[in-house]
Amino acid sequence: MPIIEMRNVAYRYPGSNRIAIRDINLKIEAGEYVVITGPSGCGKTTLCRCFNGLIPHFYGGDLEGEIYVVGLSVKDTPTSTLAQHVGMVFQDPESQLFLLTVEREIAFGPENLGLPREEIAARVEEALELIGIQHLRDRSPHELSGGEQQKVAIAACIAMKPKILVLDEPTANLDPRSAWDILHVLSDLRRKLDVTIVLVEHRLDMVVNHADRFIVMNEGRIILDGLPCEVLLNPMVANIGVGVPKVIRLYDELRKYNVNLNFVPLSSADFKRAVLEVLSR
Amino acid sequence: MIEVRGLWYSYGEIVALRNVSLKIELGEVVAIMGENGAGKTTLIKHFNGLLKPQRGYVKVFGVDTREVTVAELSRRVGLIFQNPDHQLFAETVWDEIAFALKNFGFPKDVIERRVEWALKLLDLYSLKDESPFALSGGERKRVAIASVLSYDPDIIIFDEPTVGQDYAQKERLAQLIKLLQSQGKTVVVVTHDIEFVAENFPRVVVLSRGEVIADGATRKILTDNEILEKARLLPPQVTQIAWELSDFGVPRDLLWLPEIRDAILKIVGGRL
Repeated sequence: MPIIEMRNVAYRYPGSNRIAIRDINLKIEAGEYVVITGPSGCGKTTLCRCFNGLIPHFYGGDLEGEIYVVGLSVKDTPTSTLAQHVGMVFQDPESQLFLLTVEREIAFGPENLGLPREEIAARVEEALELIGIQHLRDRSPHELSGGEQQKVAIAACIAMKPKILVLDEPTANLDPRSAWDILHVLSDLRRKLDVTIVLVEHRLDMVVNHADRFIVMNEGRIILDGLPCEVLLNPMVANIGVGVPKVIRLYDELRKYNVNLNFVPLSSADFKRAVLEVLSR
Repeated sequence: MIEVRGLWYSYGEIVALRNVSLKIELGEVVAIMGENGAGKTTLIKHFNGLLKPQRGYVKVFGVDTREVTVAELSRRVGLIFQNPDHQLFAETVWDEIAFALKNFGFPKDVIERRVEWALKLLDLYSLKDESPFALSGGERKRVAIASVLSYDPDIIIFDEPTVGQDYAQKERLAQLIKLLQSQGKTVVVVTHDIEFVAENFPRVVVLSRGEVIADGATRKILTDNEILEKARLLPPQVTQIAWELSDFGVPRDLLWLPEIRDAILKIVGGRL
């Protein structure tokens, strides 16, 4: 059974004239690492809000079709139940953090689950370590930089041991090095925790060699769904305004000059390998 | 135009800016980069007087920012915040963009003309009757930009304008910056988006831990690993490829796709 399934889903926000998402049919299997991308306003965030029931329970509006998350019908399941299975991380971590210390912030979720003290402490420790923010434990989340805050928000999610982690442009406000760190943390988490990751991201150059699957949305619909390199080489992607990583653009560009690399490079190191292979032909 | 001299600023015990000096000339387009917490936002908040120097001075159009009010300065210095939600509050996109114009006392017909112009410029016309809060993050960001450009300030400061923007919107933003420059505006952009800077900015100022650690030509700075590491930046992807291929004589300071393409064609040329 897929861990997320959407059938013929369409949604409109209350008071809005436009349909935010439509004709959505989507299956995500447990353990997959899926990147959702697409032009600004294409419905990526709206789609993510369906996974933990923010749509329809918080936002209201008109929702059609069926959404199942970990086997539960989202329409019939309260967000408090869904929240135990689906961790959400948003673009702006400030809106998510409210306690006095990082440690307290991370402990908040497990405390609300009514877990024993030792278990809470162990989860906080594990989360701090997985994200690499042990040194921030006694700091106030509000005096941290945006990048540090985002790490705390992710750690707070991890402490809930969710089956699905949904991240809506979590690196958008981060410096490149911190963004790179976060994306490596995510790959790591997925290996260690067997968590399903759904990541909304514009910086495709940094995720192209992490994710199993790319989904591209446009005007509320899913228009492409497949392996990252296949999706990114589809001319439709550039046409709708998605930023194709330079390594892939360069691969494509060289083809026009009759330089055909043996494989599609996903990083600069890949590129060197591909060029070496051409030279040794 | 903007002159910063020996500027220090602290939030309580945390020193955000240490002895920052910087000059931005009329009509210049400058990117300010640096790690999270480097002091970039603190610095630009000094440019429209939102923050006043604790030591040193900031002069805008030759006037010390401590001698004018934020209201006076903001008519000429438009600051577009990183988080559009800190800026937006009106019921419709149209009202949002009209708000500052009304506040500055422009006549009704000018307001209408400027709002329409800004809506079209930022590709928001079809959303003019929507609530800003029903829009996506990227769209809200464009509303925030439109609401500042509508009153035609001389200096425009963007704090992380590419966040949440797709590639097409970034291209539009790049064109917008060129348009503003052609009108003689001064544009300062705080950004982490190294590819955006590599393609569009001739000058970069790099802040790290509250200090200016580099200020100069983009090609020199974005291909200098020592500076990049200090400021938690990564080289542009083209530069990364160039570094991987430096054994083959590829120059290490490439920034643009056609440059690396030609360099690779030169290497493999003999094999075709």
